[in-house]
Amino acid sequence: MQVSQEENSTMQSDSKQDEPAIVIQDVSKSFGSQRVLDGVSFDVRRGETLAVLGRSGTGKSVLLRIIVGLQSPDRGAALILGANMSEASAADISKVRMQMGFLFQHAALYDSLTVEENVAFPLVHHRKDLSQAERHDRVEQLLEEVGLSGHSNKMPSDISGGMQKRAGLARALALDPVILLLDEPTAGLDPISSGEIDELVLKLQEEHKMASIVVTHDMISAKTIATRIALMDQGKIVIEGSFEDLQKSDERFVSQFLHRDF
Amino acid sequence: MSTSSSIAPPSEMKSNFVLEMLEWFGELGIFVWQVLRAGITPPFQISEFVRQLDEIGSKSLPLVALAGSAIGVVLALEARYSLVRFGAKALLPSAIVFSVITEMSPIITGLVVSGRAGAGIGAELAAMKVSEQIDAIEASAVDPKKLLAATRIAACIVVLPLLTLAASFFGVLMGWVAATLIEPISLTRFISEGFKGAGFKDFLPPTFKTCVYGLIIGTVACFQGMRAKGGAEGVGSAATTSVVLSSLFVILADVILVKVILLLFP
Repeated sequence: MQVSQEENSTMQSDSKQDEPAIVIQDVSKSFGSQRVLDGVSFDVRRGETLAVLGRSGTGKSVLLRIIVGLQSPDRGAALILGANMSEASAADISKVRMQMGFLFQHAALYDSLTVEENVAFPLVHHRKDLSQAERHDRVEQLLEEVGLSGHSNKMPSDISGGMQKRAGLARALALDPVILLLDEPTAGLDPISSGEIDELVLKLQEEHKMASIVVTHDMISAKTIATRIALMDQGKIVIEGSFEDLQKSDERFVSQFLHRDF
Repeated sequence: MSTSSSIAPPSEMKSNFVLEMLEWFGELGIFVWQVLRAGITPPFQISEFVRQLDEIGSKSLPLVALAGSAIGVVLALEARYSLVRFGAKALLPSAIVFSVITEMSPIITGLVVSGRAGAGIGAELAAMKVSEQIDAIEASAVDPKKLLAATRIAACIVVLPLLTLAASFFGVLMGWVAATLIEPISLTRFISEGFKGAGFKDFLPPTFKTCVYGLIIGTVACFQGMRAKGGAEGVGSAATTSVVLSSLFVILADVILVKVILLLFP
């Protein structure tokens, strides 16, 4: 599916700036007898970053997959740029996805393609108006933005985990998304690399003013990059607010999560 | 460790197997419909299709040529022995040419490609599935069934008859080499005697029936790969089942197609 830059920008301007880009309404999801999401609701506007924290297996990644339309909720709705992702037509879902960038937990780079080809992938498929030289320039610009200049010809297996995350981030940004979804961007990275990724996400968020959701276990990372934090337990959002709001909370689970206080 | 009490009774195991089989065929039917719909809807993934032609076709050629050559040699030796016993030695070129082209090359090519390309496609797509690469393609608003499955299945359909022609060529050539080493016969005479009384209807249907083999191999391998679960075990299982099931279905299809061809081209 081909979308010109003009059409893309029109679509972006169509999504009203003052309305939330992401609206999650009473979303529930179960796998067999295990309920991983239980009536989750929140919204995210452009320029906001919501960090979703919680214990492993509490459905944080499933939430992102529902937002992208890779899974459907059992109940409730994910309204993304006005489209209900579980009811919209395939064409409408594609249009919404073109305005989203998704960094997967393990970057999910295509291992048969070079870093440059990975970053160019969305451009090749959706920006056929670009010449090869223009596409190359755009990829170089994205790689420079994430600090990967000079690595464009390497294969994903030849770069470190942190670099793979950066390349994944560059790919997620290729189509100038309105929404950015990051699944554990600092997982498995050393503290210095984690800090670099946080700074990069913060910088990108300041420049692009996207509606972002970051799923993480890393409280320091959440505090650094998020405007709001939602803490999940047993499929529900226990508390949602700023880091200071979480610190003031009397909830035992919040205290345990913040201070490892058992 | 399982105990005797945890083992399901045979009747329950049988019904579970039937249910799983029905579920598998049901899912396969949905998959085929989705791939077909995606494959015939523009934009077409031409560059990926061409890449798969090379991946499945060019890279299978040496193995197919070798298998075809082996068939030619074995047939020349075996058929000669039998024909001499019945005093029909003059029919050796025809026996080799007809056996190679009408049956041996198509089925051997199908099985060789099933083993090489079927395992390759199954393992590649399974690895992409378990490492979320297929999800990443979908999240990029690109249909993985169009990009990954339709291109591979189409490439298998196109490539199988071409590889069969190659196997037939090497089979006949090496059949002549083997025959002439025992009792010299010129290639011209071998060919003219081998193809005596034969028409296109003798050779085209058996060659083009391999399009069906290609459809089977590509579809089964893509289906098994794209539904893989788990880690390395899931990838290995997808590769193995791709080969086993596609080989099985190729053999079953061969039995049916032989009968159909005999009915349509008596």
